[in-house]
Amino acid sequence: MTDVLVCIKRVPEATGEVTLTPDGLGIDGSHAGYTVSPNEECAVELAVQVADGGRCTVLTLGPAGAVDQLRAALAVGMTDGIHIEGDSDAFSPADVAREVAAAVRARGEAGSAYDLVLLGNDAADTGDFQVGVRLAYALGYPVVTGIQTVSVEGSTAILTGEGPDGSETYRVALPAVVTVLEGGVEPRYPSVMGRMKAKKAPIETLAPTTVPVGSGRLALEVPPPPPNQVRILGEGAAAAPAFVATLAELGVLR
Amino acid sequence: MILVLVEIDDGALALVSQEALTFARGLGEPVEAVVLAAPGTDTSAAVADCAVQGVARVHLVDGPDLISYAAAAWASVVAGVLAETGASTLVASGSGRASEILAHVAARLDVPMAANALEASPVGESTEAVGGQARMPDQGSDTGTGLLVRRQVLGGAVVESTLLAAVPAILTVAGHAVEPVAAPVAGAASVVTVTPRIEPDDLRAQVASVTPRSGGDGASLTKAKVVVGAGRGAGGPDGFGGVDALAAKLGGVVGVSRVVTSLGWRPHHEQVGQTGSRINPDLYVPCGISGAIQHWAGCSSSKTIIAINTDAEAPMVTKAAYAIVGDMHEVIPAILAALDKRG
Ligand SMILES: Cc1cc2nc3c(=O)[nH]c(=O)nc-3n(C[C@H](O)[C@H](O)[C@H](O)COP(=O)(O)OP(=O)(O)OC[C@H]3O[C@@H](n4cnc5c(N)ncnc54)[C@H](O)[C@@H]3O)c2cc1C
Repeated sequence: MTDVLVCIKRVPEATGEVTLTPDGLGIDGSHAGYTVSPNEECAVELAVQVADGGRCTVLTLGPAGAVDQLRAALAVGMTDGIHIEGDSDAFSPADVAREVAAAVRARGEAGSAYDLVLLGNDAADTGDFQVGVRLAYALGYPVVTGIQTVSVEGSTAILTGEGPDGSETYRVALPAVVTVLEGGVEPRYPSVMGRMKAKKAPIETLAPTTVPVGSGRLALEVPPPPPNQVRILGEGAAAAPAFVATLAELGVLR
Repeated sequence: MILVLVEIDDGALALVSQEALTFARGLGEPVEAVVLAAPGTDTSAAVADCAVQGVARVHLVDGPDLISYAAAAWASVVAGVLAETGASTLVASGSGRASEILAHVAARLDVPMAANALEASPVGESTEAVGGQARMPDQGSDTGTGLLVRRQVLGGAVVESTLLAAVPAILTVAGHAVEPVAAPVAGAASVVTVTPRIEPDDLRAQVASVTPRSGGDGASLTKAKVVVGAGRGAGGPDGFGGVDALAAKLGGVVGVSRVVTSLGWRPHHEQVGQTGSRINPDLYVPCGISGAIQHWAGCSSSKTIIAINTDAEAPMVTKAAYAIVGDMHEVIPAILAALDKRG
């Protein structure tokens, strides 16, 4: 059985208007609500599959409310939770990697090291593309990014992802770090049983091991939406000739 | 000197790499390039493209260990060129490969990396040179010294200003945020070949095999000149006949929203957006797609958008150049008939 750790991040679920926090340094998710990246939902699904009924742990570094995202992962089959409490905006990708590495090492020192650590390829908010890679270097593990399917044979992980020339397969000795992209698996929906279990599942709360260096963020800004200059070509089927005329104007039709 | 990691696509320099080179030139220092290509690849066209982009020197890489791709091995190569040349900055496109390699380099050197940059300019002492398209917020004098970067976060809905104070500054350029333009004076693009020694540890994660794609792929979507989009408005897995026919008629491909892929109506490689492909077509025709910011993240570089939507207030409609307000299942057949009549 493969002992898997998955790292997820609570992010604002804004799909339309985005508002910033009063200090202008954060994205206000209090109206839109919070979620995790689809990439991380797929990482959770892969972890549950690979763990095959065994222990699989979900970890997040985030504020108190991030427990919601841990519970959501516990509801679809993760068995244990770790919550490193902190304001994720105050942590650089290197800071996060250091904290996750400390949690991974602690588990190793306790005599039951994780075989595989999964993360999303890039967080939905900061899109830094690097926590997984930095974590691998901190731990001395091999790392592959942008993976869509994961299986384990003995002590080897078989990983596939999309490369420039087709689907690529990696065979990597465990322990390893893998970052996941959406598209290889369908995340399952939580069952009623799963939700009940998640309420009672153990979540270990940890404090960060060191003071974060910080991300270097100076300011955030919401670019003004482009002015509404849409030309309505018409309504319903009657607009078809105007559509074709516009295509001709644009030079799309030969 | 600015070092740029560039990639090859269909024998020539990848479009996103041309964008990265144009971006790098804006920083006001000489530009050199490392070509990410397996030894034995024909790089002549890419080197010529580098010259067009004003590149002074091109580093090609040789050696048996690099025949199959391994990110850590490439990171060791790039770190080696950085050390040897004393480059101040490392730039690449935001492609999967380039992002991965730059993250490795940043981890090895223990310096920050900024992903998805839109603009950058040096700040602090001796800051005569300012990036080409730079439009920086006024940060006062307490910002420090380094490279001030504006980059996309939240799929491009928010722009973050951040300071890269360490040397080298490492950053990837947001796809299609910069229009590639030829340098006013072509570069010498003199070629040097590096034959690096790769440590065994850097080959622990290496591509073992590649299966050429049988069906479609994200690559045809990112290169398409015409994309016909479909979202929840398609109504179900059987609701794509019209968009498929329209795409075929216009010589384009179909792109879809995440609702469509997560409901299993169409495969994920057709998804446009933050967790799908970033498209760059001359024409995008999104049908029954609301235009959430995560979808917009993938289609905002389209030259012209003609939206088809029942809701005249949908963000996709208000952001489009043209729109038809109506049911896609009535509008598209009428368009197909009108195109047929035209011959
Ligand atoms: C972290 C994160 C990442 C995401 N990544 C992506 C991504 O990569 N790509 C992506 O697309 N989404 C992504 N999403 C999801 C995104 O937020 C939206 O939920 C999604 O884009 C909505 O899809 P839609 O427009 O098809 O559906 P809806 O938002 O439901 O819109 C349907 C639209 O169709 C119109 N309509 C309905 N019926 C018809 C009809 N018969 N004819 C014409 N119009 C009709 C409606 O007026 C409406 O505008 C992401 C979300 C998150 C949180």
